[in-house]
Amino acid sequence: MENTNKRYWRGLEELRNDEKFIKNAGSEFSDAPTENQYESLVDGAGTHRRDFLKVLGFGMAAVSLAACETPVKKAIPYVNKPEGEFPTIANWYASTYSEGGDYASILVKTREGRPVKIEGNSLAKDSCGVSARVHASLLGLYDNEKLRGPKKGDDTKVTWEAIDKDITSQLSQIAAKGGAIRIVSSTILSPSTKAVIADFTTKYPTTRHIVYDANSSSAIVKGNELSFGKAVLPSYDFSKAKVIVGIDADFLGTWIAPDTYSRQYAETRMVSSAKDGKKDMSRHYQFESVLSLTGSNSDYRSAVKPSQLGLVVSSLYNKVAAKLGGKAIATPAFDAPNLDKAASDLIAAKGNALVVSGINDPAVQVVVNALNNLLGSYSSTINLDTPVYFRQGNDVAMNEFVEEVKGGKVDAVIFYSANPVYDHPSGAELAAALPKVALSVSFNDRADETGALVKYIAPAPHYLESWNDAEPKAGFYSLTQPTISLIFSTRQAQASLLKWAGQPSDFHEYIKAYWRKNIFTQGDFEKFWIQSLHDGVYAKAAPSVAAGATFTGNVDEAASALAKKYKATSTGIELSIFENVGIGNGAAANNPWLQEFPEPVTKACWDNHASISQKTAKDLGVEQGDVVKVDFKGKSIDLPVIVQPGQANGTVAVAIGYGRDKAGKSANGVGKNVYPLAAFAGGFLSFAPGEVTVTKTGETREIAQTQTHNTVMGRKSVLQETVLSHFQKDPLAGRFIPKIETSEGPVDATDLSLWNGHQYKNHSWGLVVDLNTCFGCGSCVISCQAENNIPVVGRQEVINSREMHWLRIDRYYTSDAEVGDYTAMEVASENPEVTFQPMMCQHCNNAPCETVCPVLATTHSSEGLNQMAYNRCVGTRYCANNCPYKVRRFNWFKYFDNDNFDYHFNNDLGKMVINPEVTVRSRGVIEKCSMCVHLIQEAKLTAKKERRRVVDGDVTVACGSSCPTNAITFGDMNDPESKISKLLAVEREGRAFHMLEEINVRPQVSYLTKVRNKDAAPMAEAKKEHKEHA
Amino acid sequence: MHVTSPVREPLIQGGKTYADVTEDICRHVEGKPTKEWKIAFGISLLVLAYGTCCLAWTWWEGLGVWGLNKTVGWAWDITNFVWWVGIGHAGTLISAILLLFRQKWRTSINRAAEAMTIFAVICAASFILMHMGRPWMAYWALPLPNAFGSLWVNFNSPLVWDVFAISTYFSVSLVFWYIGLIPDLATIRDRATSKVSRFMYGTFAMGWDGSAKTWSRYEYISLILAGLSTPLVLSVHTIVSMDFATSVIPGWHTTIFPPYFVAGAIFSGFAMVQNLMLITRVVYKLEDYITLEHIETMNKVITLTGSVVGVAYITEFFIAWYSGVEYEAYAFINRATGPYWWAYWAMMTCNVISPQLFWSRKLRRSITFTFFISVIVNIGMWFERFVIIVTSLHRDYVPSSWTMFSPTRYDIGDYIFSFGLFFTLFLLFSKYLPVVNMAEVKAVIRSTSAQLPKKIAGVAKVRQREAASPLFNKDIE
Repeated sequence: MENTNKRYWRGLEELRNDEKFIKNAGSEFSDAPTENQYESLVDGAGTHRRDFLKVLGFGMAAVSLAACETPVKKAIPYVNKPEGEFPTIANWYASTYSEGGDYASILVKTREGRPVKIEGNSLAKDSCGVSARVHASLLGLYDNEKLRGPKKGDDTKVTWEAIDKDITSQLSQIAAKGGAIRIVSSTILSPSTKAVIADFTTKYPTTRHIVYDANSSSAIVKGNELSFGKAVLPSYDFSKAKVIVGIDADFLGTWIAPDTYSRQYAETRMVSSAKDGKKDMSRHYQFESVLSLTGSNSDYRSAVKPSQLGLVVSSLYNKVAAKLGGKAIATPAFDAPNLDKAASDLIAAKGNALVVSGINDPAVQVVVNALNNLLGSYSSTINLDTPVYFRQGNDVAMNEFVEEVKGGKVDAVIFYSANPVYDHPSGAELAAALPKVALSVSFNDRADETGALVKYIAPAPHYLESWNDAEPKAGFYSLTQPTISLIFSTRQAQASLLKWAGQPSDFHEYIKAYWRKNIFTQGDFEKFWIQSLHDGVYAKAAPSVAAGATFTGNVDEAASALAKKYKATSTGIELSIFENVGIGNGAAANNPWLQEFPEPVTKACWDNHASISQKTAKDLGVEQGDVVKVDFKGKSIDLPVIVQPGQANGTVAVAIGYGRDKAGKSANGVGKNVYPLAAFAGGFLSFAPGEVTVTKTGETREIAQTQTHNTVMGRKSVLQETVLSHFQKDPLAGRFIPKIETSEGPVDATDLSLWNGHQYKNHSWGLVVDLNTCFGCGSCVISCQAENNIPVVGRQEVINSREMHWLRIDRYYTSDAEVGDYTAMEVASENPEVTFQPMMCQHCNNAPCETVCPVLATTHSSEGLNQMAYNRCVGTRYCANNCPYKVRRFNWFKYFDNDNFDYHFNNDLGKMVINPEVTVRSRGVIEKCSMCVHLIQEAKLTAKKERRRVVDGDVTVACGSSCPTNAITFGDMNDPESKISKLLAVEREGRAFHMLEEINVRPQVSYLTKVRNKDAAPMAEAKKEHKEHA
Repeated sequence: MHVTSPVREPLIQGGKTYADVTEDICRHVEGKPTKEWKIAFGISLLVLAYGTCCLAWTWWEGLGVWGLNKTVGWAWDITNFVWWVGIGHAGTLISAILLLFRQKWRTSINRAAEAMTIFAVICAASFILMHMGRPWMAYWALPLPNAFGSLWVNFNSPLVWDVFAISTYFSVSLVFWYIGLIPDLATIRDRATSKVSRFMYGTFAMGWDGSAKTWSRYEYISLILAGLSTPLVLSVHTIVSMDFATSVIPGWHTTIFPPYFVAGAIFSGFAMVQNLMLITRVVYKLEDYITLEHIETMNKVITLTGSVVGVAYITEFFIAWYSGVEYEAYAFINRATGPYWWAYWAMMTCNVISPQLFWSRKLRRSITFTFFISVIVNIGMWFERFVIIVTSLHRDYVPSSWTMFSPTRYDIGDYIFSFGLFFTLFLLFSKYLPVVNMAEVKAVIRSTSAQLPKKIAGVAKVRQREAASPLFNKDIE
């Protein structure tokens, strides 16, 4: 190295080791100016040169922010907090849903004074389940198209006082001159309301109350009157039945009280893999024209034309009578498949049998009663002493009323929850005659088909805003209480009637007075009243036991009527009108949830269709989507064809409840109204009017179906089922257990894994779905939609396969094809067996969606849930593609505040239904079932506050709580005491399976195999099946 | 030292001197845009404008304007993405792998092929953005430091690998292409007559001085970049294929995908190069540089890769049967015989059968036929991706969700957008930048020219006529 001793100094200061120099020696700019040198001359605290960009940036931001107008959101704080109301804490109220004879005792969840969810009331033993329609009735509360106040002619500015004055004076005049006053209503379950009408009648003695039901069961009442002298609808108890025969009675879907019947029926269908578990099931035969929800769940189902259904009843009667010593009746001989088998099973199950028929024909009902009488059903499964009041309609009286109006004999008519212009076959005639009636009033909430023709509309509030009571069954009462203050200037129909009758119009006080007088006559009424309001229900009497009845009917007379009407051979195409599980009779059609609710069997929505069998379609040369003209005696409607396996050949079936004109945006013009095609036979409404002509119009209309592929394509790891006799021998029967070949021999599919698995130290939430007790009613679908703010996307988007339901119910038909013939396997059998499989996010432990998300928007929780962070999602949709169950849903558009989706998310009133606990998702993100994580979180917080662990029953997911048959069990699989753990402990080596087990995604959701109570397949076939398994 | 076997066909025709090369290539850069170019550019701009409108609506309204649904979450978007990325493979393959393999014939086509690569990757990237539900959040796919807490990208996700693969590929290709351009840009700079072009080309030439040291550095960096790009050629499409291969969907979950996708990418990339070069060659009168020899060689590559792809298709079928997996078997039966059978057979015809026709030397050397087959191959390769994506998704595990996909005008419009973008960029490139790498062609003239002039460093023939007394190039006469 060179000499390095040479030194240079930066200046004399360094040489001299100045104190100032040494201090600054370390800094780069030794004599850098200090901050205060740059102080502003103006105020001494101004900006620095180096802060220029900062200040500039802030200035720009400030200016641009100031330029944006801050959107004004109206949020009004509680200045005076209502008592018992805590923001973010939900309040629950017991109430009652009763609309046109459909009844449910409910609990209403309210948040900050607005109802956001409906659940079943477990205190009401009989009607704990809540159907899709009841769930959806919540949205009806926030229907933006209701009248804001009373209406006189076209004047909507009129006051209540004004119309009260008008109506009272006119009523007085009419009553004074003896003119006829008619109150037309659907079934009224409320005893107080009936008392109000009685009071009204006292005031105006020329009043007559006419009750009709759009979906009438009037003939059953008549049949019981003819058979037993009791004009009632009996209570049926399906839970006691070992053999059930349903003849055109959709008792799991639409017939009278489906939720109650479903629950009872489910009791007979439940089986357990436990050693000493329940291993027997009821056997269910169904004879019907349309493949109904009930038929889909039956063990043996026969498709019979409507004109022959009566003969099924008589033949069955004769076959049973021949064995049980009954009197044979003379009707045409008729044989349907399974009829002999049904008869012998019924005989074997004497005393535990039940035959029900929905045919609205007294002659048929008398024979059914005679049959049940032979089978001893009246002392077990049918209780005539505790009648139900769900259908009080009297078809004959209603027809007389229509004639009266036509004849100009009616001076005043008041419609109370009735819309006969729309839903009565003579609606058109009534519509023509109605303007001639001097005084016409409607209590409906909108100017519907009838309302548009009346002179006054005195809109009644929604039931969630009302006081009411109900007596669904003799001696059983329930109460309806308001859960929100009146939204519009409406008044309860009862209050209006009281007012017009010149009485105090406080219906709340009236109900109390009525109950005090008639229901709770002794004791502390106030205490009783508070308790009843809290419980929602009150049983006056202990449930009575079916005590038998003496059949006094004339079977021969009925038989001859039957023989006249029903023919053993029929060649033409017959019309069969049926009720749809979602839309029902159409009264609540302006409900986007219900419109988009896929009909459980066809999976179609937003329309009604001409449903025809595969063979008939071929005969007629029509395909699905072709528009056909269905013509019945000159009255015709054009409808798109849906090809429906299982439907009777030579029939065309159309659902009621569609084709509304004046219900609102969601319902108007959706489908066609088929009520005018219904007929009257002997005064009784018949949904099987007779032969129709079906002609192709040449047009086509796409059908909005949420499921377009009907068969399961032989995929045993998707759907596993067996028959009862196999199950009794081996709980593993029907299970598909995939094995993977390795060099060490076959191993379970779940034994090989690249995954590390998850540790759930605290909870492990899971679901078990029993395919045997899931009847596919779809209550969970709407419950989930309400709970999780799922948007409605409309008909076109359903056609585009973009419905948003987080929970869907897959419906599969069986196929006759050989396994391997894939083209043929796509075609369902002529009369297929049907399986329903609810599908929600399976919350896989080895979740394919989680690995592929580039931004970690979907992750795994420490409690077994697959979570979705909407805010993090960038919308690549890879997770949805990679989901083997296809349960992820993408927000293709912005579904709120968007005129293209003009449903409840597009108006402020409709948005009140939004559950504040669940985010409304923005455009471009994926969403899916969260296993109601917000409810889990709420339960955990509550438990934490109470310093305890969450225990079983603290939380139930929306689908589980709404299931009328408890087919969905939710719980903590880490808690050995939980229901789900106990269930899985039994079923893990039995019926429980994970869907698509071989791809080893290890879902938290398990299914239990479907068991059918039918005879095992013949040996040859069974052997073949066995071979496939091996 | 490059040595060319005497049995090889000559690569440069017409007895070009170095000056001829410069002149032939620079002429188009320096001249006024021709009428044909203007028309072509006008059409491209119109197409781009239409596509941009469609794209703008897609972004404004949401992805619902496409034909996708709950079951088929990707269709044209990812089909187009993979298709463009595939096309983007030829450029780097030609410039990098063929450089390493000392394939001199690449010199005439590598510039345009690389440009095509870059534009194709841009088009592909546009589909990555397009297919996102919330494209304004696209940067979340990058591992950027952020204020969202511990949020980070998911390194398990093939889509993140994709982001890395594509961005790496794009940047390396761009650098490679740009470095290759520098000597040529300097040439143009030196010849430029207007101040503007001298400044512009001068700026981008980055002070190239043509010294031996500069050339030596240039050669080194080219070799290094070639070395870097080579694995990228294989990795990019391997990773793209993993978007599918790592999933659980039958028809996607296949280990054969990486090699199969790479072969397919080269296949379609070469076809696209053929299409572009056949047009450029005629329009720019470059027949002496892009000779039948080049076309034939590329056709051979197309036949080879087409055969690889064909074998892969058949292997997939075999494995679907051999695996004994019900879903896998059905996925393939459904491809060939299901509702989208036409897409499958379009793919098979275009990709497997049509390139086999190149076994005939006559067809291989027919320009019209080559052009036709190249178009067919690209159609076939588009269908390949469509078949893989749509027919696998539309019928996967659970039959209840099976459905169909059909495109809307916005699916089509957004695809058209990428064509508009591609051709606009390519036309701009072909006008303002040298479409043939002059420097590299000059480097191979001596060894591969058909009729080597006595003095290959000379005044271009055109200039000889024009300039009576040239002021430069003292070598003349």
